[in-house]
Amino acid sequence: MPDQLIFAMEVTLNGLMTGVMYALVALGFVLIFKASGIFNYAQGVMALFAAMTLVGIQDGRVPFAHLINEIFGTDIHYFGWEVPALLAIALTVVVMIGFALLVQKFVFKHLVGQEPIILFMATIGLAYFLEGVSDLMWGSEIRNLDVGLPQGINDAIDQATFDIFGYGFFIDNLDISATIVAIILVGGLIAYSQYTKNGRAMRAVADDHQAALSVGISLNYVWVLVWSLAGIVALVAGIMWGAKSGVQFSLSLIALKALPVLMLGGFTSIPGAIVGGLIIGVGEALFEFSIGPMIGGATENWFAYVLALVFLVFRPQGLFGEKIIERV
Amino acid sequence: MFYREAGDFKTSYVDDNQTFPIAFDRYRYYLVLIVGLGVIPFLLNDYWANSILIPFLIYAIAAIGLNILTGYCGQVSLGTGGFMAVGAYTSYKLMTAFPWMDMVSVTLLSGFMTALVGVAFGLPSLRIKGFYLAVATLAAQFFLVWMFNKVPWFYNYSASGQISAPERTLFGMAVTGPNAEAWVKYVFCFSLVFVLAWVARNLTRGSVGRQWMAIRDMDIAAEIIGVNPLKAKLTAFAVSSFYVGISGALLFTVYLGAVEVGEAYGIQKSFLVLFMIIIGGLGSIFGSFAGAAFMVLLPVALKVLLVDTMGWDTALATHFQFVIVGALIMFFLIVEPHGLARLWALLKEKLRLWPFPH
Repeated sequence: MPDQLIFAMEVTLNGLMTGVMYALVALGFVLIFKASGIFNYAQGVMALFAAMTLVGIQDGRVPFAHLINEIFGTDIHYFGWEVPALLAIALTVVVMIGFALLVQKFVFKHLVGQEPIILFMATIGLAYFLEGVSDLMWGSEIRNLDVGLPQGINDAIDQATFDIFGYGFFIDNLDISATIVAIILVGGLIAYSQYTKNGRAMRAVADDHQAALSVGISLNYVWVLVWSLAGIVALVAGIMWGAKSGVQFSLSLIALKALPVLMLGGFTSIPGAIVGGLIIGVGEALFEFSIGPMIGGATENWFAYVLALVFLVFRPQGLFGEKIIERV
Repeated sequence: MFYREAGDFKTSYVDDNQTFPIAFDRYRYYLVLIVGLGVIPFLLNDYWANSILIPFLIYAIAAIGLNILTGYCGQVSLGTGGFMAVGAYTSYKLMTAFPWMDMVSVTLLSGFMTALVGVAFGLPSLRIKGFYLAVATLAAQFFLVWMFNKVPWFYNYSASGQISAPERTLFGMAVTGPNAEAWVKYVFCFSLVFVLAWVARNLTRGSVGRQWMAIRDMDIAAEIIGVNPLKAKLTAFAVSSFYVGISGALLFTVYLGAVEVGEAYGIQKSFLVLFMIIIGGLGSIFGSFAGAAFMVLLPVALKVLLVDTMGWDTALATHFQFVIVGALIMFFLIVEPHGLARLWALLKEKLRLWPFPH
């Protein structure tokens, strides 16, 4: 087999793994957009905030330490204990649920019935706010996140492919665990929305707000629920991306990576988010591999968008989006 | 008491159609012009010019441009930063290739170039709507910034990849470069803003503007009553990009002087201008000015308050600034989703009846 083809296969596999990571972020968007029509730009910052909180709790940092020290002239940084990973994750989930409650109570409850663009702007405001809060609470340095996920090259795959092709593929263990976690997460979400009472309420609200309201479903409750779920998805995405490249400001920019995924898959479809993520992941990896070197590299900054744009011209509602029917 | 139509008799159709039908409004407008051109240039110092007035004027142009596209024609765009970069790089290429060219021509040509690029990226808007379009315009944002970073011809093969504005003059006075005086820059920007705002106001009042608004309110219905969506949407993209391009060119030539494209024209800039028109008011020229003033003044005010007055650490103040800006935006949207322009209109309604409300 020619070398180029083998390299391309490796690139494709890695692209698929990256695609799963994109899909993880896109999932949070879809959940909120379906249930409330809010295009939540803050999803990326939520992932950053969740990961920061997780690291902060694990290391036993004092929240708002910088601010407290500045005001009271003290010099405190750590509580002096370390929290085990699982407990820290559970505590972070509690924080994210609390965040969902606050967001619903103080912001989006007051914006019900506003135009989508206004809601979108509010989430950008929320993104700024949360970014500032995250920096104030935990500082803005790069943190290492370690919840015990395996890292580094997967030797089994390396060995197996070496035996077949005479060239070992580099597949990161972390990407493999991300894929497994993503499958579990999506399976869990689908099961939750299909088989539980809350899940049915969520689907009802997604279908039609007024009809859901008239059969006695509390919109407020469902929205808090959805924001909490999105917070948990953000936490998972934050853990994966944080373990991969450290917890830092750039984590919040993954939201921008998830947008073309959403366009491609359709804003309202969970399977769409997954398939879109995979297409974008593979597409941009292969493009960077084949065309990138010719035109200066770093094409992954824009390729996903242009791909989604070209695609949308032919199918304006995305792959799995609901058909757009317009009436006068 | 002064603010009402009573006693202000219109005797011709021209009078009836004027932009400011109320006499008080007209006088206020002339007053702003007189103060802006006749008083401020003489009192101006570098700090006020460079940190408040010039950025305000430049961003006001961008805000008017985006408001034409988003506020009047209803097409949400997140590509403003990219289009501003087109303006900046066109002006740079023009200034270096044709050193004899004066600044007005450079700026206007940059605007026309950006209009062309804007129309190209506006084409998908005929098929894609709403948020899908908003995200699609991000393609323009990322692609253009990447292109200006990667193609050396655009930055004249300079080693740093930055572009910096050489000294160019207008009527013998330096407008760009380190020797330009603050008041010259200010008057240059002010005049451009005046002309552009005047054109924008009249465009939006005329047939083109009414077509845009018809498309915004419901595009299918507009099509049925005979508005050509292709023409309306593409003219909106062209005019909007023209304004945004001029603003980007001025930001580079007059205000910053030297620019690194990813930093000066990144996605943050797109959001900044979008904030301006949402906080100022969608579909309002006055709103564009109000929003630009708000978003330019807010960071300055916060810095003065937190760092200079209260003596906080700069890093901490920056974080707080994020929190406050975010919270203010949400607060504003909850209290008055139609922006400062709406508050202004309400105030004017109140003034018309004052002091006898009923």
